[in-house]
Amino acid sequence: MKIAVCIKRVPDSETRVKIAADGKSLDEAGVKFVLNPYDEFAVEEALRRKEKAGAGEVAIICLGPAAAQETIRTALAMGADRGVLLQTDRIPADAFETAKVIAAELKSTSWDLILFGRMAIDDYNTQVGSLVAELLGLPCVTAVSHLDIDGTKGVAEREIEGGIEVVDFPLPAVLTADKGLNEPRYPALKGIMAAKKKPLEVKPVQPGAGSLEVVALTPPPDRKAGKIVGEGAGAVGELVRLLREEAKVL
Amino acid sequence: MTTLAVLEQRDGVLRKISHEVVTAAQRLGDGVEAVVCAAGAVQGAGQAGKYGADKIVTLTNPAFAKYAPEACAQVLADRAKQGGYRTIVFAASATGKDLAPRVAAKLGVAVAADLTDLAVDGGDVVVTRPVYAGKALLKVKVSSQPAVLSLRPNVFTPVERPKAGAAETVAVTVPAGRVVVREIKAAPAGTLDVAEAQVIISGGRGLREPANFKVLEELARAFGGQAAVGASRAVVDAGWRAHADQVGQTGKTVSPSLYIAVGISGAIQHLAGMRTSKVIVAINKDKDAPIFKVADYGVVGDLFEIVPKLTEEIRKLHG
Repeated sequence: MKIAVCIKRVPDSETRVKIAADGKSLDEAGVKFVLNPYDEFAVEEALRRKEKAGAGEVAIICLGPAAAQETIRTALAMGADRGVLLQTDRIPADAFETAKVIAAELKSTSWDLILFGRMAIDDYNTQVGSLVAELLGLPCVTAVSHLDIDGTKGVAEREIEGGIEVVDFPLPAVLTADKGLNEPRYPALKGIMAAKKKPLEVKPVQPGAGSLEVVALTPPPDRKAGKIVGEGAGAVGELVRLLREEAKVL
Repeated sequence: MTTLAVLEQRDGVLRKISHEVVTAAQRLGDGVEAVVCAAGAVQGAGQAGKYGADKIVTLTNPAFAKYAPEACAQVLADRAKQGGYRTIVFAASATGKDLAPRVAAKLGVAVAADLTDLAVDGGDVVVTRPVYAGKALLKVKVSSQPAVLSLRPNVFTPVERPKAGAAETVAVTVPAGRVVVREIKAAPAGTLDVAEAQVIISGGRGLREPANFKVLEELARAFGGQAAVGASRAVVDAGWRAHADQVGQTGKTVSPSLYIAVGISGAIQHLAGMRTSKVIVAINKDKDAPIFKVADYGVVGDLFEIVPKLTEEIRKLHG
């Protein structure tokens, strides 16, 4: 099985967001960057599919700055075979431009599966996988939380409001991974050492600016200071009164 | 100029989130054409007029009995190409998140996704989107033609602004889909998704063990079908609750009218997912827990005494 996994380098979810001097971006000083958590599910799924097939290749594709080599190495340490960094200092706000660059890289190879995380936890765009699928003319299932593949037939489950959709699709396909798909492995020391020697190709790219222009990045409005209503079950009466009369939500 | 508002139906019934889509669409000041893909007539579609739709178009094909991603995307993109629409608005629901990028890609543009505010400024659509799980707000000018937007659920409270709501039904032909929804496994009756619930009661490690979530489920039931039970990452990772219930940066970002955090200390990644709730109540035994810093109302103490008492009080109100 030939599988491409498209990943992103993102600030860790514990990051306290500070706005940079330009008022339009994140101040990256002191920020810890990690492999996007949803992409971990995609990498893990690719590794399991290859292991099950007994042969194949898992390639990691990443659009990002030079420092994203480290993120790619994390995926290689988990067990992926090789990496490609599409290097740019500027990831466009316009996800279609991102998708075009990634699709151009993927186009030259015939993949059985192309996997993405269902979204990145920094920009919340939730669409690059779908856009790439359209650009490549491949079937696409998003937010996959369970997957069965038999030959070139796949069955995926995706969560919807109040239920689960069971979806049939043919391979090759683009899938985006949701939490629940699997339990990603931690890179073992052996894997980390091996990752250092795995091929990692760096290709400079210049994504277009697209038609989404960042005007400002601002902190969310502060919540007004709340109050401690009281202690223990005795405070519940007053809580209910406040919710009814002051907050008017009951 | 016209805004195309994409409505949602399931089993031939209009989904309530469609009212939010029409409400947001009419804020752009252009005429609103509401459109829905369905197998036949959609129960409740006429209501789109009440919220500001000038016209309601039902695109019918038997394939639309279940969500048909490729066929829906094709017919909506075809319509968008003909129509001269400045903006196309989707809900960022499970279906909308899947469908909007497919349509956008066919039109050669990106989606301005999951937005919480929108306006027109100098002819361009300007939107606000929470990023970093709500730890910051990104204001973006969308100059694509058309602008394709998706709206965070529960943010655009439906407002009645009656318009003509002229109904039109168009039978469409669609290509055979490669991606086919075979079935929908329904969640147990009465289960509400946290992303759509007006009231969320979330539990964390303070619940001590999975079986204790029944105290939260009882409280949720007391709200008479409006409430869902959510969970912190800690208890989802521990396998106590399903990922579908997780609120936070690696789960769902929610904006209910009332969020009750029970036994949740308030890790930054959890706060990110619920800080846009209209009213937050925290119940925790540790008076210094960070959750009290974002809560409008806090009660300090043993949740196993406080929550049943609260359930009793809510039952009285809804009884």
